[in-house]
Amino acid sequence: MALYVSKPGIMATIQDEGRWGYLGSGFSPSGAMDQRARRRANALLGNPEDAAVLEFCMMGPTLLFTRDSFFALTGGDFGATLDGAPIAMNRTIPVRSGQTLALGQARKGMYGYLAVMGGFNVPVVMGSRSTNMKVGIGGHEGRALKKDDLLWAFDQIPGYKPGIAARDFGSDDEFYQFGKPVVEVRVIMGPQTELFTQAGIDAFLGGEFEMTAQSDRMGARLEGPEVGTVNGSDIISDGIALGAVQIPNHGKPIIMLADRQTTGGYAKIATVASVDIPKLVQCKPGTKIRFKEISVEQAQDLVRAETLERHVPADVKQQLASL
Amino acid sequence: MAFKITTSGDSAINVVLSDSISDEASKLVRAAVDAIDKANIPGVKELVPTFCSVMVCYDPVQIGHALLVSQISKQLESLSLGEEGTRRIFEIPVCYGDEFGEDIGTVMAHSGLSEQEVIELHSGHDYLINMLGFLPGFAYLGGLDERLHTPRLDVPRTSIPAGSVGIGGAQTGIYPLASPGGWQLIGRTPLRPYDADRDEPILYAAGDYLRFVSITRSEYDRIAAEIEAGTYRCTVIEEGPVS
Repeated sequence: MALYVSKPGIMATIQDEGRWGYLGSGFSPSGAMDQRARRRANALLGNPEDAAVLEFCMMGPTLLFTRDSFFALTGGDFGATLDGAPIAMNRTIPVRSGQTLALGQARKGMYGYLAVMGGFNVPVVMGSRSTNMKVGIGGHEGRALKKDDLLWAFDQIPGYKPGIAARDFGSDDEFYQFGKPVVEVRVIMGPQTELFTQAGIDAFLGGEFEMTAQSDRMGARLEGPEVGTVNGSDIISDGIALGAVQIPNHGKPIIMLADRQTTGGYAKIATVASVDIPKLVQCKPGTKIRFKEISVEQAQDLVRAETLERHVPADVKQQLASL
Repeated sequence: MAFKITTSGDSAINVVLSDSISDEASKLVRAAVDAIDKANIPGVKELVPTFCSVMVCYDPVQIGHALLVSQISKQLESLSLGEEGTRRIFEIPVCYGDEFGEDIGTVMAHSGLSEQEVIELHSGHDYLINMLGFLPGFAYLGGLDERLHTPRLDVPRTSIPAGSVGIGGAQTGIYPLASPGGWQLIGRTPLRPYDADRDEPILYAAGDYLRFVSITRSEYDRIAAEIEAGTYRCTVIEEGPVS
């Protein structure tokens, strides 16, 4: 099954869980910015959880299906239409050969995800299908989509069961806090909180920040009150985890994301809780953000709860609830 | 071994082994990486060695923060930096000067050395890889001879070819892929420090050594052709502890 790209959109790239195993050699992990949305799109289709999806930013592509199949859209809302008729997000959509899926501008969120039945069939490079645009590897020819590209998907997957067309996860607006005046992002303090002044820490945890248009797959750049250090922000370069909140000497947070450098020399005041990364990356420029401190144990409980949620299907949960 | 463990969110910790950059610190980091690797702790996904610390990335569904910290502490408390084990030294053939090293004149002028002396100083030393980072496969090397320290270009180049060998301030290294950069270029290696299609996409790791070997232009072309044909094997020397 192939998809013909009639309009490429902006920064439409194939992404999966990321290219793990090479951080120590200086490779960004890449992978979907919003891993929750990627997993949910795959779950709607019965794809393997690690299947590759198409990610797009701010403006989605227009794609023609060359076979009958199923697809699902998750993450940001790009006003999708199929042959001109509006279609729902977060549910499994059947599609006929020759139909055109058009994605427009992001109406809610920043990153949208398209999964197709079976997952996208691009070569595995260093253990992953994710596009690393800086190095030019992975995904579709190591780059973002262009007009006239053909994107291939696996035709059939083992274990596919009919009836999944009824799957519907419902709206994600509440999870993402779309439309809320302020989005709350939970953080774990460290690894270098002690390099900041008390006033700097108070500004970080008490102040209101704003997402800027300079944000990208490398990092989210925020405006807001200055987060001051005791003796400057320069440290001996060390490892950078997903969600690390770097504060360079200008005092404004840069939150490190999928295409981050693996090492860096700015002090990190805190790290965003894994479960709140999707919420953060979907914030449009201008969105107000407040940080809330939680313990590492609380953050890990949240990860475990989310994992449990994912691995117990909704119909099983309903059965359990009715017992 | 003295160390401190800091928290990098719910899926990583940092084991800090030193507070300054030195070859000694890199050896501590290497020893800690080996010990954590050997312990095979369930849930540990990946280690990121840096100048003075090791970031340990893990899956919090498989192991919690407190248990991981205690297991790693146990491994490291009993660890001491004994005699250095075998060194892995990668020979890096470099064609110095001319069109591959167009800034070698700047290094000569700054140091007052002849081209031959610059080449001998640069290639006459085994460099310990302190860290990989900045670019995939970019090795931060310790121990550039002070006479070769040269300020970076005032205006960085927009693209430097892969394999370029340069000097930037007190550092020297190889550009593993084409990249913008401000280092003074003194030569180029036909080797590909990074090749996605190889079993080991990155030739070397933190803790290994690099030894630059001066080659002629015709040797460069021959090695480049062998690499293209897939017949070239990088020379790796295993050296016992230095007494």
